[in-house]
Amino acid sequence: MSNAALTARSLTSEHRRRRRIVNWLMEGLATLSALAAVALLVIVVGSVAKRGAGALDLDFFTKNPSFLGFGQGGSGIANAIVGTFIIVGLAILMALPVGILAAIYLNEFAPRRIASAVTVAFDVLNGVPAIVIGIFVFVFIVAGHGQAGVKGAFALAILMLPLVTRSTQEVLALVPNAMREASLALGAPRWRTTLNVVLPMAVGGIITGATLATARVAGETAPLLFTSSLAGNTVSWNPTEPLASIPMFIFTSAEQADPALQEKAWGAALVLITFVLVASIIARAFGLRSRRRLTGGR
Amino acid sequence: MATASRSIPDPAALRRRGRFNPGDGILYGLTLAAALSALVLLILIARELIKDAWPAMKEFGVGFLTSRTWDPNTEVFGAATFLFGTALTSFSALLLAAPISIAIALFLTELAPRWLRGPVGALVEMLASVPSVILGLWGILVMGPWIVDHVGPFLHRTLGWTPFFKTEPAAAPSFLSAILILTIMMVPIISSICRELFLNVPRELKEGALALGATRWELVRGVIFPYARAGIAAAMILGLGRAVGEAIAVTQVIGNNEAITWNLFEPGDTLASRIASSYVGATTHLMISSLVYLALILLAFSLVVNLLARVIVHRVTQQQGHA
Repeated sequence: MSNAALTARSLTSEHRRRRRIVNWLMEGLATLSALAAVALLVIVVGSVAKRGAGALDLDFFTKNPSFLGFGQGGSGIANAIVGTFIIVGLAILMALPVGILAAIYLNEFAPRRIASAVTVAFDVLNGVPAIVIGIFVFVFIVAGHGQAGVKGAFALAILMLPLVTRSTQEVLALVPNAMREASLALGAPRWRTTLNVVLPMAVGGIITGATLATARVAGETAPLLFTSSLAGNTVSWNPTEPLASIPMFIFTSAEQADPALQEKAWGAALVLITFVLVASIIARAFGLRSRRRLTGGR
Repeated sequence: MATASRSIPDPAALRRRGRFNPGDGILYGLTLAAALSALVLLILIARELIKDAWPAMKEFGVGFLTSRTWDPNTEVFGAATFLFGTALTSFSALLLAAPISIAIALFLTELAPRWLRGPVGALVEMLASVPSVILGLWGILVMGPWIVDHVGPFLHRTLGWTPFFKTEPAAAPSFLSAILILTIMMVPIISSICRELFLNVPRELKEGALALGATRWELVRGVIFPYARAGIAAAMILGLGRAVGEAIAVTQVIGNNEAITWNLFEPGDTLASRIASSYVGATTHLMISSLVYLALILLAFSLVVNLLARVIVHRVTQQQGHA
């Protein structure tokens, strides 16, 4: 639209009215879209809460699923809660050290060009679908050897790794250079500067990133399908055998026609979504605070 | 971040000056090894998948991509139906998600009062953190019946003349359910990238447009969209990549059926969802190999998508840097 045409034509009030109506329409659509997204979140979380609340009692957390027959399926998901706890815990143990060390290399040691190349690798890894990672772990260490909780944890760790690295990298970049220089000027070697000055300043942000990554992978089902799905119905703390998990329990129970099992699936979904949402809300709030402290309120 | 590494000499230089500390070498080695883990994993993933897909690749060749048969009994496998299902669901979802996401990003950057932007933005992003298995559960038990009872009949009445809604909806698992669930998953991803893009539009450009008397919509169309065009394309590509790779929620709502049809009320299947639904049934060597072949296609696609989006973003930031 050329400027001359614009100024000449905007003088006519009819044209001006049309422009205003189009603008008003578009603003309305944008507002509506945002409203719809928020409404959708409320609807999804609301229906999980409504349908899942009935399943929650003490038995649900302390007993194992029992499959007595149609209409009586399941009493609790204790084995799935324990299994998820172990699998996710092991995944954190694997991904967190590697992710933090990688971020230290990228931010403290690597020349710019190498850093950006390595970052691409992490981004690409982040883009690999979860089901592909599940299949990879399956053909790599499960096929011929059997499933195990720790192999499921390995699959989740691969998903976590780029998330942890990226978030740690961002926090390390916020640590003021003056701190590094001050420490080096005092004669501290580089490794002590990194471990005793840089990392402690960034620890809040690192925990935030790790929590968000944990919340994200705790709900993943795809990596566990081929690595830790054939679990028994009793509580097991042994990660060398396949372990039950909350996402797997939801996935398998949702397919059942038995309404009692479906109710348990909703209950498990409520437990999972509560954990995921609460963890990410707390992490975000905490992260905002520690970021503000690091950047001095900027 | 780069300033840190430039202002401080690297360990090799320190060693030459005789001030090398062994702790530095250890930390350097450890962190370097960790940093290489992503690359090693990517290579390992590609190698293992190719190795285990090889029997199926040898047996079916490139014809795997065009063969419609997937029959475990006769051990004949082809991916055509899944490729079709993946393309149909992902592109339809993108078609729905792109305008909605862009609109949300505009609302969050241009329209909403300042106090509302943070909370609404956080809520939209929270939609992304709902685990896919829960979205699938909701999709099949709540949204599916709602489509069959209300939305489906309406679509059939009004748009029944198109190939997409030719029949009455019969059951909850369908292409349409999968498309809607994928839309829900894509919206928070695309809108959060677009929000960043729109925030980066230089203030002077926006103020210039407003000073010339542009309405807010004209500002969006004339300044913000042209400025962020390439970034929006990259965001859409990344959203597409997410939709193509989504396995769990799709397998819960799509019905796991081998069908090539434009009728969205029919059940179907995608590459990712076929892999997910086969987690107990895959017993023979050739079938597992064929599933790995499907995974390999997904892997290749995800690599292309990520690198493509990166190239677009890179080119634009360079252009805008020069301007």
